[in-house]
Amino acid sequence: MEKKEESYRLSNLKTLEAESIGIIREVAAEFENPVMLYSVGKDSSVMAHLAIKAFYPEKVPFPLLHVDTGYKFPEMYEFRDYYTKKNNLNLKVSKNEEALLNGVNPISLGTVKCCAELKTKALLDALKEGGYDAAFGGARRDEEKSRAKERVFSFRDKYGQWDPKNQRPELWNIFNSKINPGESIRVFPLSNWTELDIWTYIYYENIEVVPLYFAKIRQVIEKNNQLIPLYTDENSEEITEVMCRFRTLGCHYCTGAVRSDADTMEKIIEEMMVVRHSERITRVIDHDQDSSMEQKKREGYF
Amino acid sequence: MKSSESIIEKNQNIDLLRFATAGSVDDGKSTLIGRLLYDSKSIFEDQLSSIKDYSRTHRNQEIDYSLVTDGLKSEREQGITIDVAYRFFSTPKRRFIIADSPGHEQYTRNMATGASNASLSLILIDARKGVVTQTRRHTFISSLLGIRHFVVAINKMDLVDYSEEVYDNIVNDYRTFSDKLSAESIYFIPISALKGDNIIEHSRNMPWYQGSPLLDYLENVNVSGGRNLIDFRFPVQYVNWGGKNFRGYCGTIASGIIRKGERIRVLPSGKTTEISRIVTYEGDLDYAFSPMAVTLCLKDELDISRGDVIARENNLPAITGNIEANIVWMDTEPMQTERDYFIKHTTRTVRGSFTQVRYKIDPEDVHRKPADFLSLNEIGKVKIELKSPIFADIYPKNRITGSFIVIDPATSKTVAAGMISKYKQVSPDRGCESVKAKVIRYPGNKKEEAKAYYDRLSMQGTQCIYVDDDILRDGLCRGISLEDKEYCQRIEELCKIVNNSGVSVVLCLKNVTI
Repeated sequence: MEKKEESYRLSNLKTLEAESIGIIREVAAEFENPVMLYSVGKDSSVMAHLAIKAFYPEKVPFPLLHVDTGYKFPEMYEFRDYYTKKNNLNLKVSKNEEALLNGVNPISLGTVKCCAELKTKALLDALKEGGYDAAFGGARRDEEKSRAKERVFSFRDKYGQWDPKNQRPELWNIFNSKINPGESIRVFPLSNWTELDIWTYIYYENIEVVPLYFAKIRQVIEKNNQLIPLYTDENSEEITEVMCRFRTLGCHYCTGAVRSDADTMEKIIEEMMVVRHSERITRVIDHDQDSSMEQKKREGYF
Repeated sequence: MKSSESIIEKNQNIDLLRFATAGSVDDGKSTLIGRLLYDSKSIFEDQLSSIKDYSRTHRNQEIDYSLVTDGLKSEREQGITIDVAYRFFSTPKRRFIIADSPGHEQYTRNMATGASNASLSLILIDARKGVVTQTRRHTFISSLLGIRHFVVAINKMDLVDYSEEVYDNIVNDYRTFSDKLSAESIYFIPISALKGDNIIEHSRNMPWYQGSPLLDYLENVNVSGGRNLIDFRFPVQYVNWGGKNFRGYCGTIASGIIRKGERIRVLPSGKTTEISRIVTYEGDLDYAFSPMAVTLCLKDELDISRGDVIARENNLPAITGNIEANIVWMDTEPMQTERDYFIKHTTRTVRGSFTQVRYKIDPEDVHRKPADFLSLNEIGKVKIELKSPIFADIYPKNRITGSFIVIDPATSKTVAAGMISKYKQVSPDRGCESVKAKVIRYPGNKKEEAKAYYDRLSMQGTQCIYVDDDILRDGLCRGISLEDKEYCQRIEELCKIVNNSGVSVVLCLKNVTI
């Protein structure tokens, strides 16, 4: 052990960790009013964990913001409140109440409009209302093709929009934090992590995640090759019981489960090593149009 | 259980190679990367099926590998790469992050972005076209950014009948050019990305090629070195007030190693103390090294803020307000001389201006040409004068303390990237505001401190003289009473003359009212 340490080499995960901590501290030092987007998923858990580490023994010096569509899994709300309280994190929740009152949901409006209202608009309103000049997001470059192009410090104009053809050059680890009033920066400290890195890190660091990530027998409806969990009172004949788990967590209407026996962390990592589908395959919203994620990002989504 | 743990352990301990690809339009760079990802089974099936669908409907072929990497809608429409895309793949031997950079000249800045964090550059050459401007440009920029390892893949060998002669000619051409650069290793491989020759396995079509296939080479090439473990540099990023008596300095170790108990010096104050704790969430460490992100606590309470640098007592970076640097200009607005820009160097942002463009470099032949300013995608050597000092090393010695970005204060855009090649230790006459020649006053009973301060300034390279009552009464003010007005006037006169020559005065007087 001693010998290994004396070689002054950092493991892959420790290198990624150091890089992310450096990014998080830089934001806290350079921006007046940063906020960390907290989606309750595994990447958010890792990001919050890194923030705690970055400022230890100080308290995390910025709030966490959960953009709540109102349609998240009940397990997610439960975990969110438990995790933030336990770690002494300042949680803020924002919702597009008006849209929810008007009955916006993916079934009547379609996923594109529903996301625009409950996610993008709710997010942009919350950022504006909070006067945040920087917002952390847990997106990774390995997730999706337009995210592969994203900078670590991603500039947004005063409407929160991303212009992928005109991004600021970003060299070394020197980040440009200069913005004019109304503009903001989205920051992605997990840019260089892969899904496998995330799980391996969760495993090594004993980070808690929502139990939905672990396989168990769940009631689902099979639709378009997706296993949609049963959370509404829908009376459907196609309800089946399947041993499954979630690879990503979104709204229960739009997030499918995958068949899996991985009910422990070790099994999840093993599964990850041989997996042949991207995690976003279970996200209905990525498939509604060609380049749908890029389009959402241009409009202000994370 | 046991077995999965060891698999996890193994996976976590294999090392990471970050490499940048560069190539010119249509030389098949995207196809090559698509192929690497496909053959190493790093493309997920759902991604693959949407790529196949698009290939069939838009490209009229079974699979267009380049679609794997061209992520933006406009890129797929135009069939070119615009911005850097980061790709991840791994083999049992190594993990890779590819910074896939565009080839067009107008996207040179994106190419520099991709190369800045890479330790190897993969250059693609179309066998039918040979070495072209783009090849030279990319090789030059990679080399300028400090990349010392190159793989030159000569692609589309299938279209030149796998000819050894064609290959040899290109290798010779490339060598003529690259001899002028400081590459440590250049490895040539003849390939066909489309047909899969020499990508994973030795090509049967080119028995004359005895070297490694591409993936094999990437898995085994040794790119260690270049990491500076000697000069400890710690730019203070964030001051941590974590509880009652806790004050720690957060930052990422730019280079070197530091141990608990070691003597350090803080710049710009020059004060010395020792490291009392190296704090991390997991507990205190006995030592830490680059690139760890840690929190340092010091034995003595010093006034330290973000932008200061902690270094070893007798191994300091230069304190400088005048630098010479290689600049890549990245904005559509050309450089303006004699105008203020922000210079962000480690955790410090200062104002500065370009005082002279010494020359620009034509990447085509690495020749120097006269220039008054640089415009978009131009590279040149410039002189910069800073309004406040930075604590720097030269880029070849230290990638982190030797690099900076330039920000336009009006637009807030990143307009240039710079690599320091030369500096002038602060020379007070033409130096920056904060280190301009000045008078530093100490009361008569602080002689020791005044002398120590003088020593420190001298050691840092600041030109200064030391004056106290004893010295004055021995010469300049002989016979004049300390209380006499004349005494003060003479000292004032002395300081003025000395300051005008760019030299500071450390003054230790019983009567400190002057």
